[in-house]
Amino acid sequence: MGLDPLILSRLQFGWVIAWHILLPAFTVGLASYIALLEGHYFFTDKPIYFHISSFWTRIFAIAFGMGVVSGVVMPFQFGTNWSRFSDATANVISPLLAYESLTAFSLEAGFLGVLLFGRHLVPRPAHFAAALLVAAGTLFSSFWILATNSWMQTPAGYKLVNGRFFPVDWIAVIFNPSFPYRLAHTVIGFYVTTGFVVMGVAALLIRWRSHAEEGKAMLTMTLGLLTVLVPLQIFLGDLHGLNTLKYQPAKLAAIEAHWNAESHAPLALFALPDQDKETNHALVEVPELGSLILTHSTEGVVPGLKQFPKANRAPVAVVFFSFRIMVGLGLVMLALVALAWLLRLRGTLFTNEWFLKLLTLASPIGFAAVIAGWITTEVGRQPWTVYGVLRTAQSVTPSLTGGEVLVSLLGYMLVYLVIYPVGGWMMWKAVLKGPGDIQAPVAGGRPAAPVVPPPQGSPDRRPAS
Amino acid sequence: MNIVPLWTLILALGVFLYVVLDGFDLGIGMLYGFARSRDERGLMMNSIAPIWDGNETWLVLGGTGLFAAFPLAFVIILPAVYFPILVMLLALIFRGLAFEFRFRDQEHRGFWDHAFAYGSGFATFAQGLVLGAFIQGFPVQGRQFVGDAFDCITPFSVFTGLALMCGYCLLGACWLILKAEGALQVRARHQARIALAATAAAVAIVSLWTPFIDADIARRWFSWPNIAFLWPVPLATLAVTALLWRATAKNTVRPFFYAVALFSLSYLGIAISLFPMIVPHHFSLYDAASSPQTQIFLALGTLFLLPIIIVYTGWSYWVFRGKVRADTGYH
Repeated sequence: MGLDPLILSRLQFGWVIAWHILLPAFTVGLASYIALLEGHYFFTDKPIYFHISSFWTRIFAIAFGMGVVSGVVMPFQFGTNWSRFSDATANVISPLLAYESLTAFSLEAGFLGVLLFGRHLVPRPAHFAAALLVAAGTLFSSFWILATNSWMQTPAGYKLVNGRFFPVDWIAVIFNPSFPYRLAHTVIGFYVTTGFVVMGVAALLIRWRSHAEEGKAMLTMTLGLLTVLVPLQIFLGDLHGLNTLKYQPAKLAAIEAHWNAESHAPLALFALPDQDKETNHALVEVPELGSLILTHSTEGVVPGLKQFPKANRAPVAVVFFSFRIMVGLGLVMLALVALAWLLRLRGTLFTNEWFLKLLTLASPIGFAAVIAGWITTEVGRQPWTVYGVLRTAQSVTPSLTGGEVLVSLLGYMLVYLVIYPVGGWMMWKAVLKGPGDIQAPVAGGRPAAPVVPPPQGSPDRRPAS
Repeated sequence: MNIVPLWTLILALGVFLYVVLDGFDLGIGMLYGFARSRDERGLMMNSIAPIWDGNETWLVLGGTGLFAAFPLAFVIILPAVYFPILVMLLALIFRGLAFEFRFRDQEHRGFWDHAFAYGSGFATFAQGLVLGAFIQGFPVQGRQFVGDAFDCITPFSVFTGLALMCGYCLLGACWLILKAEGALQVRARHQARIALAATAAAVAIVSLWTPFIDADIARRWFSWPNIAFLWPVPLATLAVTALLWRATAKNTVRPFFYAVALFSLSYLGIAISLFPMIVPHHFSLYDAASSPQTQIFLALGTLFLLPIIIVYTGWSYWVFRGKVRADTGYH
């Protein structure tokens, strides 16, 4: 025994998806932000927007490149480690994944090059249009991936024949019950994540004084966006929670570490859930609040884990804590936005060193919240891959041994621990460079003067030696 | 309605485009290890810099396309080639990032140079291993692979791995003849000949080896009346090899297209050997196909998007036509 291919395969998938999701979490938001900046530049003609947009486009290019190489890994995981899952679900989910790669491909092939290198080579409306289409492309990608993921959480529109899923109604498959909520909550989460990165970098630029004007413009703009987005995100999270209560009550009970179904349920602020003894230790709770938050009424019944067979319960402690980390970080974000407004109304937002440092310190906060939220929803889906229908234990590739998966897991760990720090460092160098030197349309990552090659036989051709 | 033939064509086209397109840039990656100076390495990398990531995206399309159109093949083949796939993915990560990082990370330029050359070599070898293992077939029970993860490593698959390295080097060298000038081009001509000799020998050996290990393939090629229709395939291969050998001496554009023709014929040869099986000895294309609703649902969008992708790909090659120059690369 010893090494369990199931546990190791789960760890491996978790490892490669967690690192991968950091990039979409950033690039989805950044693509929309760049499109917004390009829109400002297009309509107002103020060069500051051009500078800010070019600055972020340079960073976007690095993040997007890393997103592509870490994304290539993902579809192969379904085949190598989850072949029984893939066999059972292929008829339903494979076209959604294929549409994602077709969309991503069209986007990458079509418009990214123009956005990155085409500023002086195509008419201005075309460049703005490219920025919009890249942003739209990242949203389409999110659409298909989250449709797939949501279908695994709340499967719909299928029939089962000999243990395999067959599509009955594509609209029901794609727009399955949790999809609209998950899509909204995830995309807004990505936007907020990017927003805090932009604010952190803006604060840095203001403190360095070298590019303070750009920094101030970024900070003002992003603060405005986050003032809407952070409360919206909390509202969407609440709706998503209600949806989970309706369609995945066992998951919700695990998130709340709630063992007995009851009305007037308290809300556990802290607990050490004990899965075996079906109870919580070191409990700190607020009476009535659980029912109030989850059902919007103190009379509402909150499901309890004991309603569900032990074999159908998610690991309670993991989701209990990851959910609280996510919510806690959300409240910290809300506090930061409120504090920023307070300083702004006093007129000291750009001069308060302490707060600017805090903003820079808080720049990765969205990533932490995204990972915590992702762990909540994915671990909360356990022990199922297709919720309530297909067990994770029956999804893994039967021919794999624990040792084999251990080797591949170590391989992915080693490689990701090399490339992510290097990639992060590249982006940091781009931040250090600042938005000042941006005149040439070069963003990095690709050729400087690509779209118009020298005419054949032109005099400036020289031997390649 | 049954559209298995349509998906067979789409997937065959996708895999072929991947092999040729990423083939030549992986070949450049391997030849990169033999370059003599930093300038040469820069030129070689620049000759593929604008297009490599588009080339690689065909791999993702191929993977998700196989999953969507012939999922049974996907779920049997991938576990069977678990380690070659792992090596390929990790190698491709390093190789892909080398494009970005070689120019940004001057202090570790040597590391990224090695990552590029070895990444390309390992990725190619792993793909060749997958090809060899695929031709040999896998032990299957029900709908699952039941062998061992190391079953795929056999003398035959190691040989096809090495053969594909020769083949991709050939494509890469011919691409370099097209894109380079001066001393780099001269050496590319030389490298193309070495790679061609090795590739031609490998193709010949594989052609004789496969009917030897697989009675079905022997029957396919040598039984009457098949042999009457099929004899032009080896003959054409021989003719293209001869033309390519001559073209490497003096032509600029032709070698690359002859090399692509050589790959087409080898591809055709494999298709003739295995058709209509997509999991050799076990499942045909029809057995492995996803449900008709699935295939139709995906075909609707694919038939719309794929032509756009192909046209754009062609356009980007057109844009970057002409000789590669030192200053048109990464900065």
